[in-house]
Amino acid sequence: MSATSTNGAVAAKKSGSFSLIKVLLEGRAFFALIAIILAFSSMSPNYASVGNFLIMANHVAIFGLLAIGMLLVILNGGIDLSVGSVLGLSGVFAGWLMQGVEVGNVIIYPPVWAVVVLTLCVGATVGVVNGILVAVFKVPAFVATLGSLYVARGIGLLMTNGLTYNNLSGDPSLGNTGFDWLGFNRLASVPIGVIIFAVIAVATAMLLTRSAFGRWLYASGGNERAAQLSGVPVKRVQVIVYMLSGVCASVAGLVLSSQLTSAGPTAGTTYELTAIAAVVIGGAALTGGRGTVLGTVLGAFVIGFLSDGLVIIGVSAYWQTVFTGAVIVLAVLLNSIQYGGTRRS
Amino acid sequence: MRLPIHEETPTETPDIAEVVLAARHVTKSFGAVRALKGVNFDVHRGHVTTLFGENGAGKSTLMKILSGVQKPTTGEIILDGQPVELGSTTEAQELGICIIHQELSLAPNLTVRDNIFMGREIRGRFGVDYAEEERQVRKLMEELEEDIDPLAKVEDLRLGQQQIVEIARALSVDARILIMDEPTSALSAAEVEVLFKVIHDLKAKGVSIVYISHHLEEALTITDHAVVLRDGTMTAYAPRAEIDLEWIVRNMVGENFDLGSPPEGYDFGAPALTVKGLSVPSHTDGELAVDAMDLDVKAGEIVCIYGLMGAGRTELLECAAGRIKPVAGSVELHGQDVSKLSISDRIQSGLVLVPEDRQRDGLVQTMTVGRNLSLASIQNFTRGLFTSRKEEAVIVEDSIRDVTVKTDGPEAMIGSLSGGNQQKVVIGKMLVTDPSVIMLDEPSRGIDIGAKAEVFRILAERAREGLAVVYTTSEVSECLSIAHRIIVMRRGKISAEFSHDTTKEAIMAASGESLVH
Ligand SMILES: Nc1ncnc2c1ncn2[C@@H]1O[C@H](COP(=O)(O)OP(=O)(O)OP(=O)(O)O)[C@@H](O)[C@H]1O
Ligand SMILES: [Mg+2]
Repeated sequence: MSATSTNGAVAAKKSGSFSLIKVLLEGRAFFALIAIILAFSSMSPNYASVGNFLIMANHVAIFGLLAIGMLLVILNGGIDLSVGSVLGLSGVFAGWLMQGVEVGNVIIYPPVWAVVVLTLCVGATVGVVNGILVAVFKVPAFVATLGSLYVARGIGLLMTNGLTYNNLSGDPSLGNTGFDWLGFNRLASVPIGVIIFAVIAVATAMLLTRSAFGRWLYASGGNERAAQLSGVPVKRVQVIVYMLSGVCASVAGLVLSSQLTSAGPTAGTTYELTAIAAVVIGGAALTGGRGTVLGTVLGAFVIGFLSDGLVIIGVSAYWQTVFTGAVIVLAVLLNSIQYGGTRRS
Repeated sequence: MRLPIHEETPTETPDIAEVVLAARHVTKSFGAVRALKGVNFDVHRGHVTTLFGENGAGKSTLMKILSGVQKPTTGEIILDGQPVELGSTTEAQELGICIIHQELSLAPNLTVRDNIFMGREIRGRFGVDYAEEERQVRKLMEELEEDIDPLAKVEDLRLGQQQIVEIARALSVDARILIMDEPTSALSAAEVEVLFKVIHDLKAKGVSIVYISHHLEEALTITDHAVVLRDGTMTAYAPRAEIDLEWIVRNMVGENFDLGSPPEGYDFGAPALTVKGLSVPSHTDGELAVDAMDLDVKAGEIVCIYGLMGAGRTELLECAAGRIKPVAGSVELHGQDVSKLSISDRIQSGLVLVPEDRQRDGLVQTMTVGRNLSLASIQNFTRGLFTSRKEEAVIVEDSIRDVTVKTDGPEAMIGSLSGGNQQKVVIGKMLVTDPSVIMLDEPSRGIDIGAKAEVFRILAERAREGLAVVYTTSEVSECLSIAHRIIVMRRGKISAEFSHDTTKEAIMAASGESLVH
């Protein structure tokens, strides 16, 4: 019987430390971020300054916007590979509008607000097409969005003939100035891009946690059949999710081309992978139904602060790639520990 | 509380001649939940030991421990007099212990054959010997008197057939200790009888069996030794000769329950649900699962649909709920044609379905108990853009109380609930939408007798207030409880209709059950 009592002691100890492990697991993106900041601050005096944080946050905003859209799709149990291309296409489309559009014999220069709205419509359209392919025609999300990855990129290249629009600042005499406001201006010294990212993150978090739509999304990602039988309009949810992802990608495209004051058709290549990585590091499950905005935002910061930090301390770009990959694998590993452990066999 | 404990009470060291597998002082905790609190349990050699207990008593947990699925927190397992450590199901299987799980554990995308031999493939000279596997599956199906194609995909099978596959898989192992955790919850009476014949044969071969069921009468017919578990503690042990139904119920829940009688003393209202000439194609072959059915249920009326597996009950209800499209006919709700409406619109207008398969159609495993309960009624607590947490909490708390879900609280994950309590969540979820017509497909699947009585009591109460109720069952005794009217379905058609003062024999004869034997 002595074996029994030691067993008991071991088990008791386990359940005591279990909660600590759980806290570490659940907050892993947060702790990773703290660790990154501490590590780089000790290696470089320039890293931990407000100015540098704001610059890095500006970079993070681009990935973060894509990642929030991606989170919605992943919560639904899908994936959206087209966001990088949509980002590129949106920039090109905005650039094309800023150069003036020929209608008949007149050239129209739409004001910036119209450029923004029309560009967002482009992203929404690509998203809706993705959504309809997935929800109605039952094309696997991976394949459907892989297709639009190519198509959107191709259209961007066709529109510019492979060239880059360099002059996006508009002309006061034409009344279309202000495009660079998105990328260059600051509100209380915070870049506009970061503010847009924050606003969209908060709005999405509210959508997910407080609205019926959010509940529908979690339910249909967790078990589509059960959700449908409980009255969740699963197809509508699916289409909307891809549409929102497309819109987020367009917003990112606008912010990026405004930051660069140029719009190239190859902008955002492979960004979809970074976005997926941010979502996964943030603790979302690729099988759907689990994940939070906060986690995803932290995930985006982890990736952004890590790669910028590596640049600041002068690590080569090749090593950056290796580090990013290692972080992703580690994150997925922790995901499977977290979700594998709580499921009942 | 000390209940009289019989001399069958396990002794500190099990008698090897009598007891093949034993648990001693076994406890199991999940975080703060103590599922088992020091349990002694004997599996009698070559006999059927039946384990009774309410939902959440800890039956499945104990069985998982005995079959190597989970490890006990403390305590020991003794096999043939020797303490053993069961590290995994494979280890347990090697020692001859096999389990049929309460929640099916099949891979839906694989065939019946591949599921049965999963992880134990028969090797031939050129890889897996599929022909031999198929032959063995056919033999098993013959033994179980089932007509299931070994090459059919499991996801194409009805729930009951899937359960047969689960049973066949356990039988194919040739275990000497076979644990059956609610193997019959989705089977019809005829199939249960076949299974019992198989159990008798196994016993004759010296196999020891542990049996768990909430169908108490049925379980009594094969029991040799009865054991009652209550709240993680053993409360009674007795040989078959000394017990009866009343004994079980008394030890299980402390009082006798009866399933109630049809609510009376009021008039039915206008027709609430009207099905006209409804034909529904079968999921697997081109034939009609439901063949030009007519059905009329009035407000306040309770109708029970009885039938064998495959009689078309599930298809009828799923079609009425909007899940599958009919090839002909219409569904009317309070005189309005709802055939064109989506599932959510039907729920909004008061027509709801409690599905049969809770894992596949009822629950979202990634969500908590509370969110599962409120899923179908989100609109009811959405104010403008946002959901009201306060109102949701009220709905959820009420519902947990109403259908008596045993849980840590609304924030517990749904997967931490016992099987029966998960079923109660599925029922509760639909009741809180405040429907005017509720259809329940096998609502009593896996819930204990107390909970069953509770669910029926709630339904009867709501019927009195004007709710129209349609429920299906495979247990005749449930037909003769609260239903005003009993409809027997057979091959997609109504084969007979009875009022509540009919007999079990008449119902079974009309279902075609007597023809099976
Ligand atoms: N993985 C788990 N995590 C947390 N709690 C659990 C877990 N598994 C079981 N429990 C709890 O342990 C208790 C016993 O559950 P168990 O499944 O053994 O009940 P049961 O007797 O089989 O009930 P039923 O008749 O409903 O199948 C329940 O209160 C349940 O909530
Ligand atoms: Mg159980």
